[in-house]
Amino acid sequence: MLASRLSSKLPQIARVSSSLTRQALARNYSAMKMAVPSISEHPTSLYAFTEEELMFKDTVARFAREVVQPRVQAMDDAEKMDTEVINAMFENGLMGLETEGEYGGAEASFTAAILAVEELAKVDPSISALCDIHNTLTNTMIRKWGTPEQKEKYLTRLATDTVGSFCISESGAGSDAFALQSRAEDKGDHYVLNGGKMWISNSGEADIFVIFANVDPSKGYKGITAFIVEKEWGVQIAKKEKKLGIRSSSTCVLNFDDVKIPKENVLGKVGDGYKYAIDSLNEGRIGISAQMIGCAQGAFDIAVAYSHERKQFGKPLSSYQAMQHQFAQVAVEIEAARLMTYNACRLKEEGKPFVAEAAMAKFKAAKVAEQATSYAVEWMGGMGFLRETGVEKFYRDSKIGSIYEGTNNMQLETIAKILLPKYK
Amino acid sequence: MFRSALRASNIASRSFTKRTFTQSTIARAIAPASLRNFTDEELMLKDAVARFAQDVIKPKVAEMDEKEVMDKAVIDGLFEQGLMGIETEDEYDGANCSFTSAIITIEELAKVDPSVSVMCDVQNTLVGTVVRKYGSKDLKERILPRLATNTVGSFCLSEAGSGTDAFALQTRAEDKGDHYLLNGSKMWITNSGEADVFLVFANVDPSKGYKGITCFVVDKSMGVKVAKKESKLGIRASSTCVLNFDDIKVPKENVLGEVGKGYKYAIEILNEGRIGIAAQMLGLAQGCYDIAMPYIFERKQFNTRIADFQGMQHQYAQIAMEIEAARLLTYNAARMKEEGHNFVKEAAMAKLYASVVAEKAASKAIEWCGGVGFTRELGVEKFYRDAKIGAIYEGTSNIQLQTIAKLIANEYK
Repeated sequence: MLASRLSSKLPQIARVSSSLTRQALARNYSAMKMAVPSISEHPTSLYAFTEEELMFKDTVARFAREVVQPRVQAMDDAEKMDTEVINAMFENGLMGLETEGEYGGAEASFTAAILAVEELAKVDPSISALCDIHNTLTNTMIRKWGTPEQKEKYLTRLATDTVGSFCISESGAGSDAFALQSRAEDKGDHYVLNGGKMWISNSGEADIFVIFANVDPSKGYKGITAFIVEKEWGVQIAKKEKKLGIRSSSTCVLNFDDVKIPKENVLGKVGDGYKYAIDSLNEGRIGISAQMIGCAQGAFDIAVAYSHERKQFGKPLSSYQAMQHQFAQVAVEIEAARLMTYNACRLKEEGKPFVAEAAMAKFKAAKVAEQATSYAVEWMGGMGFLRETGVEKFYRDSKIGSIYEGTNNMQLETIAKILLPKYK
Repeated sequence: MFRSALRASNIASRSFTKRTFTQSTIARAIAPASLRNFTDEELMLKDAVARFAQDVIKPKVAEMDEKEVMDKAVIDGLFEQGLMGIETEDEYDGANCSFTSAIITIEELAKVDPSVSVMCDVQNTLVGTVVRKYGSKDLKERILPRLATNTVGSFCLSEAGSGTDAFALQTRAEDKGDHYLLNGSKMWITNSGEADVFLVFANVDPSKGYKGITCFVVDKSMGVKVAKKESKLGIRASSTCVLNFDDIKVPKENVLGEVGKGYKYAIEILNEGRIGIAAQMLGLAQGCYDIAMPYIFERKQFNTRIADFQGMQHQYAQIAMEIEAARLLTYNAARMKEEGHNFVKEAAMAKLYASVVAEKAASKAIEWCGGVGFTRELGVEKFYRDAKIGAIYEGTSNIQLQTIAKLIANEYK
């Protein structure tokens, strides 16, 4: 149908599209070593969204401005998330973004979740982190691998009033996540959990923890199992870290001292935990990417607006050519990072391989966030260096992007591992 | 090699030669040396300052940063060690050392705490030097010994409406016969929380534009008010305040240098001051590098020391190279100034480059230390926050580029 419509105007294209098969396409695009292009009835730009996605974006943007913005500085100074903000997040349906309606969730698309994380980060990357980790890691783990009973019990709570945490890292297991030492011993009708975790986001506010522990160290990483653990069973917060940025996002050391976990709280299959971890973190990367582009944009917006107001030598800063070129340069970088983020997001939704693209997006977005926020401080001169202006906070917050959910070096490892075999 | 270059330059046109060789002054020297050469005195000072920084400053860095206050014992220590009048002549109770000595001091302090470093830098390269260069004998006798032994000084040029456009300053000093009446306010003033002596730039005759700008030595007791202390991203222990002057009477004998020449003094002094900031940034880069490197040789993942991964090896080699380049730019500008050459372009390049390297090194140092690098405990993240000021004060990076470009453009006329 499309071919015949085109043929009257562009004979060459019609001929080409009617004769190429999927394999031929792949051969012709062999130079493109990433995702094989596919035929679509309605290819669109990455700025095409469903009505629902756009509504989400608008709602969250307004929420961020009205509810979060007035409290950002106080939360950062106190290094504590305001409970009113968290409650409002639940009330506005931001804590069960992809969760099905039967569990009290918003049942929105993955893209809607990504847009929400981005909009929040434009105002406060800390709140954005809370939302991102709760949704793309904790909720998603249970949605994907939980039994109907577990989903019934926990997804509803997570969507309506309970913060969740994702606990894999330990002091000796960062990049080498599977070197984790937390132990879950099978005691017949329950497991006994011993050990500790480090760098756990949301843990200061969470009551539901997805915890990775090894049930059989002799099996190496193939003993790693995911558990759903409730705080009241004995999860102890041993220490809250004092950080450079995302200060109001709680990052804590956890201790488990003979914590009893009922058998029905094993998440998925025993020994498959490592698979779920890899899977979640691949998706989670796109979330962090979104957080970083929001961070970059938030700072950019403040600084460029200022540059029209501030005058020196009788002229607004924005009238100087070198400044204009700097703005343009940074805008290019943010745009590139945004497109990589949205594209990885859509690839995932289409069920296509997206691991390399997600790693690339996160790697790029973290760099761009640091670059953009660094410039934003400079563009504002002395004012940029003050805490009261709000721009320096984005610079501090951006630095975590190159570290958590896989360091920059780990992203490069992942990308290289996927890319290189295509050249053999 | 040198002979063939000479032949080549003879063959080339005169204008070509001029363009090639005026990039940096080539001078004859009796014993040309690498930038790794220092006098005995300079090396002794470097050691003493490094030891002072480790013993006295290091234990207090984190607390001073959290509290945003400079510890009095640290300030007293700076005076006791003779670090607050490094170039000042000994007749004024100074240490009588070289400019490079001041630079080395600022660098060594910054390796441990860039906040303490900037206090020392402003005291020496801005306040002390302006008084030494342009002050009358009477003024020098009254002020220099105080600055060298017990009084912190401040350099007050910037205002809310005049940052980069420094000469658009509005602070007014009215000639009242036997004194001047000072009214106005200053912003972004380093050391002002602790200072008792203020070098204030004010205009005695706005109808003359910048040619009315005059430098005054103002004692705090004359009525200087610290209106607001800023809450900052970095160098938090360094006080940065808004100052108000409300009908302050400044005696005529406190005019520094000539009336109406203040703008000249400001430009000249900021050229020197730039090398000081370059040294601060250089120390900062080295300081955070020195924390991260031992860490990555200890920390293991995948049963391998982080430092042994090839990706990491190339990263730390890259940063080491950039720190070295920044060091050479800084020391070279310092030596050129000592030798009496025109060093304005080189000073601007050093400051710009060192501030970029400082931010880059601190950023990488955090990454190399992973999650631990992001915590305040390790101490590396502070350097990332402190680095950012290097691209802003004593001339933004855009201004450095402008200065460099202007000087280069002159060579092509």
